Amino acid sequence: MKVTKDDLETVAVLSRLEIPAAQQDTYLQQMDSILTYMDNLSSVDTTDVKPTTYALPMQNVFREDEVRPSLDREAALSNAPLKDDNYFKVPKVLED
Amino acid sequence: MKYEAVIGLEIHCELKTKTKIFCGCATGFGADENTHVCPVCLGLPGVLPTVNKRVVEFAIKAGLATNCEINQYSKFDRKNYYYPDLPKNWQTSQYDLPICKNGWVDIDVDGEKRRIRLTRIHMEEDAGKLVHSGTTIKDSATSDVDYNRTGVPLLEIVSEPDLRSAEEARAYMEKIKAIMEYIDVSNCRMEEGNLRADVNVSLRPVGTQELGTRTEMKNINSFKSLVDAIDYEIERQTEVLEDGGHVVQETRTWDPARGITLSMRSKENAHDYRYMPEPDLPPIITSDETIEKYRRELPELPDARRARLTADYGLSDYDAGIITSSRAMAEYFDAVVATGADAKLAANWMMGDLAKKLNEESLDIAKSPVDAQRLGEMIQLIMKNTISGKIAKKVFAEMWTNPDAPEKIVKDKGLVQITDASAIEGVVDEVIANNPKAVEEYKGGKKKAIGALVGQVMKATKGKANPQMVNQLLAKKLQ
Amino acid sequence: MALFDKPAHVLHDMLVKKEISSQELTADVLGRLDEVEGDVQAYITVTREQAETQAKAADAKLASGEGVSFLTGIPGAIKDNICTKGVKTTCASKIIDNFVPPYDATVMTKVNAETPVLLGKTNLDEFAMGGSTENSAFHPTHNPWALDHVPGGSSGGSAAAVAAGSAIWALGSDTGGSIRQPASFCGIVGLKPTYGRVSRYGLVAYASSLDQIGPLTRDVTDAAHILNIIAGRDEMDSTSSAAAVPDFTQALRADVKGLKIGLPKEYFTKGMDPEVEQAVKTAIKQYESLGAEVVEISLPHTEYAISTYYIIAPAEAATNLERYDGVSYGERIDGDDLVQMMTNTRTQLFGEEVKRRIMIGNYALSAGYYDAYYLKALKVRTLVQQDYLDAFKKVDVIMAPTAPTPAYKIGAMIDDPLQMYLQDVCTVPLNLAGLPGISIPCGRSAQGLPIGLQIIGQPLDEATILRAAYTYEQTQDYHKQMPELGGNN
Repeated sequence: MKVTKDDLETVAVLSRLEIPAAQQDTYLQQMDSILTYMDNLSSVDTTDVKPTTYALPMQNVFREDEVRPSLDREAALSNAPLKDDNYFKVPKVLED
Repeated sequence: MKYEAVIGLEIHCELKTKTKIFCGCATGFGADENTHVCPVCLGLPGVLPTVNKRVVEFAIKAGLATNCEINQYSKFDRKNYYYPDLPKNWQTSQYDLPICKNGWVDIDVDGEKRRIRLTRIHMEEDAGKLVHSGTTIKDSATSDVDYNRTGVPLLEIVSEPDLRSAEEARAYMEKIKAIMEYIDVSNCRMEEGNLRADVNVSLRPVGTQELGTRTEMKNINSFKSLVDAIDYEIERQTEVLEDGGHVVQETRTWDPARGITLSMRSKENAHDYRYMPEPDLPPIITSDETIEKYRRELPELPDARRARLTADYGLSDYDAGIITSSRAMAEYFDAVVATGADAKLAANWMMGDLAKKLNEESLDIAKSPVDAQRLGEMIQLIMKNTISGKIAKKVFAEMWTNPDAPEKIVKDKGLVQITDASAIEGVVDEVIANNPKAVEEYKGGKKKAIGALVGQVMKATKGKANPQMVNQLLAKKLQ
Repeated sequence: MALFDKPAHVLHDMLVKKEISSQELTADVLGRLDEVEGDVQAYITVTREQAETQAKAADAKLASGEGVSFLTGIPGAIKDNICTKGVKTTCASKIIDNFVPPYDATVMTKVNAETPVLLGKTNLDEFAMGGSTENSAFHPTHNPWALDHVPGGSSGGSAAAVAAGSAIWALGSDTGGSIRQPASFCGIVGLKPTYGRVSRYGLVAYASSLDQIGPLTRDVTDAAHILNIIAGRDEMDSTSSAAAVPDFTQALRADVKGLKIGLPKEYFTKGMDPEVEQAVKTAIKQYESLGAEVVEISLPHTEYAISTYYIIAPAEAATNLERYDGVSYGERIDGDDLVQMMTNTRTQLFGEEVKRRIMIGNYALSAGYYDAYYLKALKVRTLVQQDYLDAFKKVDVIMAPTAPTPAYKIGAMIDDPLQMYLQDVCTVPLNLAGLPGISIPCGRSAQGLPIGLQIIGQPLDEATILRAAYTYEQTQDYHKQMPELGGNN
């Protein structure tokens, strides 16, 4: 197996997801087969090849420093799951 | 064993742009909560960032002013971590290709000059603010989020671990503050959080090169906290090491009220920021022409200005250093001198009575009731012998609350110096007659005794007699 | 006379000539929608009242004759990952099933300026992740040509609606084939413009460097008209192209004489359904008979495109989807503290495929695997792009199947994600290279399922692929056929 249970646990924490114990094997097996397939990339010679982040070459796209209207507060808060007057409200924050 | 501290600073400097870094919302401190927000800075589904041109200009200027190389191919990256003040749960920042790298600034501590290297300067967005329902985060059942500050542009200025003491760290941060003020890219108001630092501190035995385990203190937002926190942390780590213990790599918070640092019990290895190039923002490619254009636009910087003040006006390096430590002070000085006032007198007054008054009232020099023009006029009255230096102190004190021109104040209050020899001569004769003991001593060779006689004359004239004339007359009559 | 089976340009002429009103047309399409929607399930949200109001307003405009545009009064549908101000935009996900955008996507601003009639928001694979529309959190969509088959995806709702006649035109998005493949499965025209040709502002991001909005239409003429409306530089999208936008309807002329067509040998190998291969080769012969020149070319890195795509897209998706955390919009599942709330929300409200891609993306980006997976994929992407640029030195367009098979049965591949990913072999390379591509119907399987021909163009050269597509379309009538549904035809 390329992917270990430890990997799965670490990646789940990074993803803010919980993988129930009953599903772990399925996840491991599926991720493993996908990642094993992707290993075909290792046979490609990429010496001196530059990475491509952008689909097409572009550069220096800027906006002038001019103020545009903000949302009014009601609209800004309209989709909030929980509000506290003019704020978005969240449960207890444990520092991590 | 003797230990040496190894300190590095990551300074976050809020830029004074009109709008946020990636959207057109206004920046600005103290607006009603959640009113400077739009779909983009709220990170709503579907939105895309657009780069504020001025942020790039300011970042490049900051780099040039701190002797950095400009990365002519630079890009933004996503720094991923979950926190409710970060709507997208990533911070758009720069990772491997920051806009500036490999710079330096010089600092002075106790007359010794040291060069502090800058690793890099990069652009990033600020996060929002959490307001906790309780007194601290730990005893708050819920927190409220205000996204006004989300997306305010920041420069992160990262030093090499070249600093060796709290005083050096302070001098370094003051220097960075002065430079950012000079080039006019930030308001640098520490009380508003415009300038704050993450501080890394480690210890190593003197004479060794290997770095010890470091701790990090985040969001230090005053010079006093910076010095106190570093001093505390050096002491704490020294004790740990001397007791045979190991310093734990961790993030600690500085509690200014208790004067101690506290462990945040951080799981450092749980952080994996998974930096990724920001695909929504094309790279920034800066031409030589653009760099040169920005370089030409830079004003005179603190070090150059300091050198100029010593060369042109004969100020001491120390005085010139203080005067040029902030752009506002340096500009005030230049304005005083421009009225025709003597530069050395200007420096003395600024560092003396003016500094004292400003300090007492916690005022910015830009808001001084005695502006450069009036201080310059007052100094010229001293230069013309209209008033003595001693009287000038009274005049200055009066000027603090009285907006009149110094010349008018001097006239209205009858403080014009007596320079009429015949008027002074009578008083001198009187004083000689009334102080035979001092006269005796002087004539017996104790030249210092003349001071008491001068004092008597000045007292009798309410300080208005020209002291040089009094000296000359006394010396002549006692021959 | 039925109106729902006609293309937009025909209906536009009828409206302008006042042969019909927008209210009649809208009523006809809504009637068709009522008839077929129970079987097809193309929509997540139907905005009937809005549509009726818009039809009335369009009729007033048509009566005055002022400000009439191509889409004025013509009913269309929008994929539910494109933000519509005041109308719920769910991305077919439970995690934002209540999200009402306070802003319009740039394409919506442009489309709305045409005063069209908007019938609603169409179904998709959750967050556009999938090729069958089975990954919708609400319900699958059914292929109008065979209801037990998938319509393709992720723009399956948009494709099925246009094919079924429950919309005249639709907008979709294409990250790895999500416009072209459902167009192929549903027997309609699907155009993925060059990356950057159409603003992505307001398109809920799946993979930012690959996503592109485009039209799904009855025929090539409608595709050209709608591309005219939505294309162009947008100051809200830094990656939108500043290149001049030509009038794409000028490309609508039957002429392929001397056109050089490249046939990549790597696209015609293993896994190709013989009926698909036959239909595509027949279409190519047709081009030859019309005066085009066909040459075999090689795109040697094609076999690595799937791996490259399925690393880059999930990596970008993993970060793009971090924002769904229950804090400031969408649904929230409570927890004892913030981390638990976020974890509960994401665990319970994301679907399985979305979670799988987030996990793969974060794996590929995480410390220790970044170089081997993510960085490696970015480098291979360069080679895939280079293959095309080299090929376009020799040919004007490249032709290939849109998908290796016709539509498959619902549920056939749902348990085998890798098999599902491999279906995208013909479409993902374009997205990696940013190229424009169009799928047009070119045949039917023995079972009567549509087959699509894919025409691939050079960057920003949508005009040439539209011309090639239009020329072929004039020689057949697949685009005029409607599936038998609801006992109507």
